[in-house]
Amino acid sequence: MKKVLKGNEALAYAAKLARPGVVAAYPITPSTTFPEKISEFVANGELDAEFIPVESEHSAMSACIGAAATGVRTVTATASQGLALMHEVLFIASGMRLPIVLAIGNRALSAPINIWCDHQDTISQRDTGWLQFYAESNQEALDLMLIAFKVAEDKRVLLPAMVGIDAFVLTHTMEPVDVPEQGEVDDFLGEYRPEHAYLDPERPITQGSFGYPEHYMEFKYGQWLAMEKAKRVIDEVFEEFARRFGRKYSKISTFGVEDADVVLITMGSMSGTAREAIRKMREDGLKVGLIKLTVYRPFPKEEMVEAVKNAKVVCVLDRNVSFGFGGAVYGELAAVLNNLPERPKVYDFIIGLGGRDVTRDDIRTVAEMGLKAAKGESIPEINWVNVDKEAVEKSEGVMR
Amino acid sequence: MKEITKGAIIYEPQNTYTYLTGGWRTFRPVINYEKCIRCYICWTYCPEPAIFKRKPAGEPVPNERVAEKDVVYIDYDHCKGCGICVAECPVKAIEFVKEEK
Repeated sequence: MKKVLKGNEALAYAAKLARPGVVAAYPITPSTTFPEKISEFVANGELDAEFIPVESEHSAMSACIGAAATGVRTVTATASQGLALMHEVLFIASGMRLPIVLAIGNRALSAPINIWCDHQDTISQRDTGWLQFYAESNQEALDLMLIAFKVAEDKRVLLPAMVGIDAFVLTHTMEPVDVPEQGEVDDFLGEYRPEHAYLDPERPITQGSFGYPEHYMEFKYGQWLAMEKAKRVIDEVFEEFARRFGRKYSKISTFGVEDADVVLITMGSMSGTAREAIRKMREDGLKVGLIKLTVYRPFPKEEMVEAVKNAKVVCVLDRNVSFGFGGAVYGELAAVLNNLPERPKVYDFIIGLGGRDVTRDDIRTVAEMGLKAAKGESIPEINWVNVDKEAVEKSEGVMR
Repeated sequence: MKEITKGAIIYEPQNTYTYLTGGWRTFRPVINYEKCIRCYICWTYCPEPAIFKRKPAGEPVPNERVAEKDVVYIDYDHCKGCGICVAECPVKAIEFVKEEK
C-alpha cells in the first residue's frame, strides 16, 4: 500500500513489519520520530513487542544485546552522539553474533553541536563488525531495513546491521513509499529462530564469555569470514527481494560509468542530486558517470574495481573526514585499486559536512576538477568543497 | 584443532572448572588444624569457591568437641590467593605463606 512517509516512519514501518520481540531505544535528533512511531505502534496494539524506553543509547544497545541473546528479533535506532555512546557495545553485539538491526539518522558529531546531515557517525563505527547500508530515498530506507534483517539473520552471516538515512533530507522529508503487506514480509523474513544464541533451561549455555589469547583471534577470524560470506548473501537477498517486491537493489548502482572519463562516488541522498547533475553534464557532452555505494560494509571491492576500471579519474565525494588523512571511502577505494596493474587516479572531495547542502553546482565543480585531472592537469589529492577557506585561514593561521 | 563456536558461546556448563587459576597466587593460605575450630567461616567467605569440606581423616584438633566435625581444605588448583579466608578466620588458624621455592 502506498503511504506518504517521512524517512524515520518508513524505517519504523519496516521495523514493525519485521515483528520484533524487543525494541529498546533512546530518542535523539534526528532519529527521535523512530522510537516515537514504534511506541505508538505498541501502544495502539499494532505491534506486539516489548518497547523499553531506556536512559541512554549505551543502555539501548545493551538492552538490545540482552534481548537478542535470548533469541528474539531486536531493533533500535539512533544518530550521531547517540551512536558514539553505543560504540563500546557495538563490538559486543557483533562479537556475540547477534543480528540486531539499527536504524540511523546520519548526523554530524559535536563540537560545534550540529543536528544536520553527514556520515561521520556511521563511518566512525565502520570497524565495529556491523553491516552498513545507506539509503538514497525513503523507499530505499524501508526496503534496506527489511533486507538488513534478512541478511543479518542468515545462518551464514549472523552479524548486526545498521541502515543509515540522511538527517532531515530523509528522516523528516515526506515521500511516497510502497509499504508491503504484513503477509509478504512474513514470507520474506520468516520467524527469527537462531541455532546459536537463545535461552532455554534445557540447554544451558554461556554467552559473553571470556576469550583467552589462544582463542580470541579465531573468533575474530570467524567474524571476518561471516563478513566475507555476507557479500554473496547480500546479493542473494537483493535478488529475492526483487522477486517478491519488484524493487532491485545492488551493493553499488552505476549510472553512465561504461564510457565515463570521470566517475563520481556518492552515498546516501546526495546520489540523486549527483545523478541529476550528471544527466545535465552528459547533455553538455561531458563524460561523467556515477557510482552510488549502498553497502559500505562489507566493502564491495570486486564491484567497485569492475565499475571504475575504464575510468581515467575517480572522484570520491566523502560526507565524512578522517583528520590527518582524508575521507574514508577515498582511502578504501584507493587501497582496493592499489594492486591492479592499470588503475584510475583517485581524488577525494570532502563535502556536505554538518548539513551543508550538496547542490548540483557542487557536483559539477567536483566533476570539472576530475575532468581537468583526466586531461593530465595536476589537482590536489584531497579537496574540501564549498568551504570558505580564506575565513578559516584567517582564524587558524597558515604555515607558508 | 581448536574448538570454536559462533559468538564464543560455551555449550558445556561449569567448564571454567577446567581452567586452573592456582598459578595466579602470590601467597598460599595454609590451614593449621590444631587451631581450626571448624566454624566454616572461611568456607562461607571464599569467593571462588576453593575451600571445601570433607570427613576428618586424623587431622589434629584444638579440642575433642570438634573431632567428629568435617574439616575444611583448600583446592590449590583454583585458589587465587586473595587472602579473604586469612582475614576472616576468627582464631587466626590460616597462615599466608609466600609462594617461593
